[in-house]
Amino acid sequence: MKKVYINGLSSISIQEQTRNFTVESLKKIEQGVNEAHQPSYKELIAPAMVRRMAKGVKMGIYTAHFALEEAQIAVPQAIITGTGLGCLVDSEKFLELLLENNESYLTPTSFIQSTHNTVGGQIALHLGCKGYNFTYVHQNSSFESALLDGFLQIKAEEVENALIGGIDEVGKTTIINQQVAELVNTADTVFEKGINTGEGATFFVLDQHQAQTSYAELVDIHISNTKTETSLVDFLKQNSLTAKDIDLVFVGNCDLPVDQQYFDEVYNTWNQEEIVTYKEYVGHHHTASSFGLLLAAERMKKEDGIQYILLYNQFQDKDYSFILLKKC
Amino acid sequence: MQNRIVVTGMGIISAIGQTVEENYRALLSHQVGVGTLTLFDSIHKDHIKVGEVKSTTKELIQRLHIPEDNNYTRTALLGVYAAKQAVEQADIQDINAVRTGLISSTSVGGMDFIEQYYQSFQTDAAVRKYVSSQEAGDSTEKIADYLGLQGYVSTISTACSSAANALMMGCRMIKAGKLDRVIVGGTDALSKFTVNGFNTLMILSDTDNTPFDQHRKGLNLGEAAAYLVLEREDVALARNQAILGVVAGYGNANDAYHQTASSEDGEGAFLAMQKALIMANLEEKDIDYINAHGTATPNNDLSEGRAIQRIFGSQAPVFSSTKPFTGHTLAAAGAIEAVYSILALQHNVAFANLNHTTPMEELTLVPQKETLHKPIQAVMSNSFGFGGNCSTIIFTKA
Repeated sequence: MKKVYINGLSSISIQEQTRNFTVESLKKIEQGVNEAHQPSYKELIAPAMVRRMAKGVKMGIYTAHFALEEAQIAVPQAIITGTGLGCLVDSEKFLELLLENNESYLTPTSFIQSTHNTVGGQIALHLGCKGYNFTYVHQNSSFESALLDGFLQIKAEEVENALIGGIDEVGKTTIINQQVAELVNTADTVFEKGINTGEGATFFVLDQHQAQTSYAELVDIHISNTKTETSLVDFLKQNSLTAKDIDLVFVGNCDLPVDQQYFDEVYNTWNQEEIVTYKEYVGHHHTASSFGLLLAAERMKKEDGIQYILLYNQFQDKDYSFILLKKC
Repeated sequence: MQNRIVVTGMGIISAIGQTVEENYRALLSHQVGVGTLTLFDSIHKDHIKVGEVKSTTKELIQRLHIPEDNNYTRTALLGVYAAKQAVEQADIQDINAVRTGLISSTSVGGMDFIEQYYQSFQTDAAVRKYVSSQEAGDSTEKIADYLGLQGYVSTISTACSSAANALMMGCRMIKAGKLDRVIVGGTDALSKFTVNGFNTLMILSDTDNTPFDQHRKGLNLGEAAAYLVLEREDVALARNQAILGVVAGYGNANDAYHQTASSEDGEGAFLAMQKALIMANLEEKDIDYINAHGTATPNNDLSEGRAIQRIFGSQAPVFSSTKPFTGHTLAAAGAIEAVYSILALQHNVAFANLNHTTPMEELTLVPQKETLHKPIQAVMSNSFGFGGNCSTIIFTKA
């Protein structure tokens, strides 16, 4: 069994920076809907293409490029993405035209771009990558599912490296619908089950080789529909660890009513100074945890004395995921 | 041999039947499920043909004993219906007794309901319970909760290769020791969204679809769900469970040619078939039947046909597309055809490629037009999707 290292990363989010974050550099979001800060794409993608491309595709190609560049890989052996709602803007565009024009005057572009695996497919096309190409769409564990797939393939030596990413877009009408259903907060109202949502893309390069750029070793990943009383302890035990061995826990809680008591286990097990939250910086969208992993990986590389980091995520008592990182 | 991954249960609901047995009989008796669109109103309904599941959404809710006040989409209901059958056939009593996972797949998730209520969410509080069904994982979560499954659950969406990919990830989870058994498959209900999407691509046929025919005009859409229970062989043997077939190999590759069209030489399909053969440790001559993707679009059948010729040369095995029976069931297609591939192994039969009259000029291959009874040890199943996504799975006899 090979080891798995995180050798490159990049993000686009509500934050202006794409990597090298410090606590001081991160700004908090304070409203229901938050759009990503868009970088200049022109060095990477021809301007005519930029105008036509879906936001998710642009964000994906951009972050994939910089993650690969850092890991010094031209073409990865696998491209695996995760997204909660896929290419939402194009899905909305096609559906709205269909409904407004009673199925007439439609063109294929937005339908083609609405497919959930558009970002993964477009990155493959951009890089000329004929390797494995999967897209996971399982709500709040979409990104973790992609990460697990790549992790297992490298461990089993099916591939040497893999490009893994989480992408989500804000879609106007979907947001309005989610707001009337009180699932997304507005500018001034926080609902009992409302999230402050966001969008972005975060990509990682996993590799079987440790390199100078390595951030951390990815040790294990757990995903489950629901959690039992022993899920966390069992996960740590399978990796010959106990809670005491974990130096930092990155937790997908952002102190909104929607998170309720579902993270109590973390707060009852570790001290406040060992717990780091991140969703207040990028929003509570389906693949926000990819940004959490980026922050955790950067912290591990930068700071001495951290041996193990655990990432703990869930949403409304569903889609539990644990990710374990080790110093390398 | 104890570490082989075996199939111990199957469930299916499609335009040609609502059990494995009904599907098998329809395949043998050439009973086609493709016909007129009745599920919803569409300006295209006189110019297209579709493969509908012959039960209303309400009937499905009743048969599954789901309370009337629910937020199941048709996609979710079809999924639950088929997954429940698969679990029953595999004789699973306590689903969490060993580490059990579920990997489902869908192309457009709950779009069949979203498109109905999209313009009324603002004004009608009663339908707002469906807002969250826009998430593609919604149907999977409904299946998991219906089955009471606590463990690993995920959803894949790679367009028309989705369910084949769910099967692959299921195998990977078992091989890695993360799971002892896994339910894999896919579900897709018909929707206006997909009917219109494929219509804009001008690849819907106004006649019954004719895969690998020189005069093929395009595909018929269909709706369906199918699931298979996969187990590590020792787990299945330990509980004396009948083994229906073995997953011998699989491969996924990207065509990296165009977002929706397949390359002329079928590079992605070629690579997927090649990878699957290597993993299965089989030679080309060992494949007795190919259940082709065969959507009957001009582009797919040429690309796939060329890829088959590149792999097999002049010695191509018997092959057919079963899409004239069911229509193209998108994300579910890989699971539907996995069930048919297992049936082919169990009963030593290659199913007919209906509606074929004229061989394609560009190919030396001609599909199997009639049901053919012959010994079958290994079946190859192809599934290709948008985004250049190409997947092949090889099943062998138990």
